[in-house]
Amino acid sequence: MSINLQALMAQLLVGLINGSFYALLSLGLAVIFGMLNIINFAHGAVYMMGAFCAYFLLNVMGIGYWPALIIAPIVVGIFGMILERTMLQWLAGLDHLYGLLLTFGMALIIQGVFQNYFGSSGLPYAIPAELQGGMNLGFMFLPIYRGWVVICSLIVCLATWFLIERTRLGANLRAATENPTLVRAFGINVPRMITLTYGLGVGLAALAGVLSAPINQVRPLMGADLIIVVFAVVVIGGMGSIMGSIITGFALGIVEGLTKYFYPEASNTVVFVLMVLVLLVKPSGLTGRTT
Amino acid sequence: MAETMTAGPASMAAVPAPGDALLTIENLQAWYGESHILHGMDFHVRPGEVVTLLGRNGAGKTTTLKSIMGIIGKRTGSIRFDNHDISRTSSDKIARLGVAFCPEERGIFASLDVRENLMLPPQVRPGGLSLEQIFELFPNLKERLRSQGTKLSGGEQQMLAIARILRTGARFLMLDEPTEGLAPVIIQQIGHTIARLKNEGFTILLVEQNFRFAATVADRYYIVEHGKIIDGFANSELEANMDKLHTYLGV
Repeated sequence: MSINLQALMAQLLVGLINGSFYALLSLGLAVIFGMLNIINFAHGAVYMMGAFCAYFLLNVMGIGYWPALIIAPIVVGIFGMILERTMLQWLAGLDHLYGLLLTFGMALIIQGVFQNYFGSSGLPYAIPAELQGGMNLGFMFLPIYRGWVVICSLIVCLATWFLIERTRLGANLRAATENPTLVRAFGINVPRMITLTYGLGVGLAALAGVLSAPINQVRPLMGADLIIVVFAVVVIGGMGSIMGSIITGFALGIVEGLTKYFYPEASNTVVFVLMVLVLLVKPSGLTGRTT
Repeated sequence: MAETMTAGPASMAAVPAPGDALLTIENLQAWYGESHILHGMDFHVRPGEVVTLLGRNGAGKTTTLKSIMGIIGKRTGSIRFDNHDISRTSSDKIARLGVAFCPEERGIFASLDVRENLMLPPQVRPGGLSLEQIFELFPNLKERLRSQGTKLSGGEQQMLAIARILRTGARFLMLDEPTEGLAPVIIQQIGHTIARLKNEGFTILLVEQNFRFAATVADRYYIVEHGKIIDGFANSELEANMDKLHTYLGV
């Protein structure tokens, strides 16, 4: 079989972009799971809220893409922190199932409210002027916005990794993930840290939502569709590791892209087939802790 | 079962009234879930003292420390520290009053290296030990700063667990069985450390099974049985109480 380099590269790029979203979202899920022990099923809904937040900022307040990239994650992060303070914190110490049900319910409510007002069709969000157009790389045409999404996601993922693995604040977070009782007995306000962590995880999802708005349009169910794949990514990568969820996110996007080129019929299922295989061989995921 | 041993507290007359106590515990009761562990503890610790809780496994010594630290499911009774009632205070605020806890399982974090473990507890008071002073006390730690916390030997982990609470400026330390499972030479080093801390005016509440070790550092002892203090005496009365002690501890 002869390889059409241009088509292969195009699919790889699509895979890399999808991987950027997988990485940002599964990273947030891993951070939240580590601290709160909650599998955050509302993650797709807050991703969608990030995109809508950017849409409102632009169309209601005239605030453009660049400020939205900062403002939307903060606004949605605060919304997340309110959810944590008012509801999630009461589930501490209970079985995973309660957190899963509660966040799943929250996702349905949030998505239902948005669907009620905006229906199911997509709202357009224009690519900012600075990132319009493309570059001819010789072997392929690279739309600048898509390249930006990959780079931005990579930078944010690595910054988050640095924050958690290499700073004093991150050390507090890692320690509290292991033994919250003892960390609190050292004088650290662990409940506040948990709230901020949930805010951080949700903020990352909202950032992914803003990045996605010009590519995928703004739809109430945009997160619901994506999050199923992201959960498969998380299962494959394992919940335990920050770097693991970043690498798995990008890698699976690329695998999907390659499948689209070599065997398009399987491109929507390849992630789930991999998930089944990983579950059979290593149930805690490729980088997960075995506990 | 708690009712079988209630003869004790009267014999505490030898201990002066706790007018100047740093820590005063009255009728402390505590529960782990459904099980009632502490059945009315009464004791006190004065500033600068090293006080040891002795007792068999399961008597409630660790639970007592955890109750003071505020990390037990449910507690009632009165806990006064430095003129604050801390019986309903959350553990992070208790720590901020200058109470530091070194748990029996040491609590070294696997996902943190030695330096991060050491720097983890925030400073709660001015006047904590500097890193230089800590490395002078525990030279081993300086060599292993980049190692994963749980890769240290048991003795080094215990030193790290003590070292990190000395940085915080807390002047009241609760050490839960610091010598458990350690080699004699390490036990000796920990004994020297405690003696030195005492000289520098730290107040220490120690839980020990090993009363030979405790005898080298303690000013006073309390005997804990079935969640109550059943006896207490000063270090100078240790010899006279040796027979009783053997009976209490079953050694």
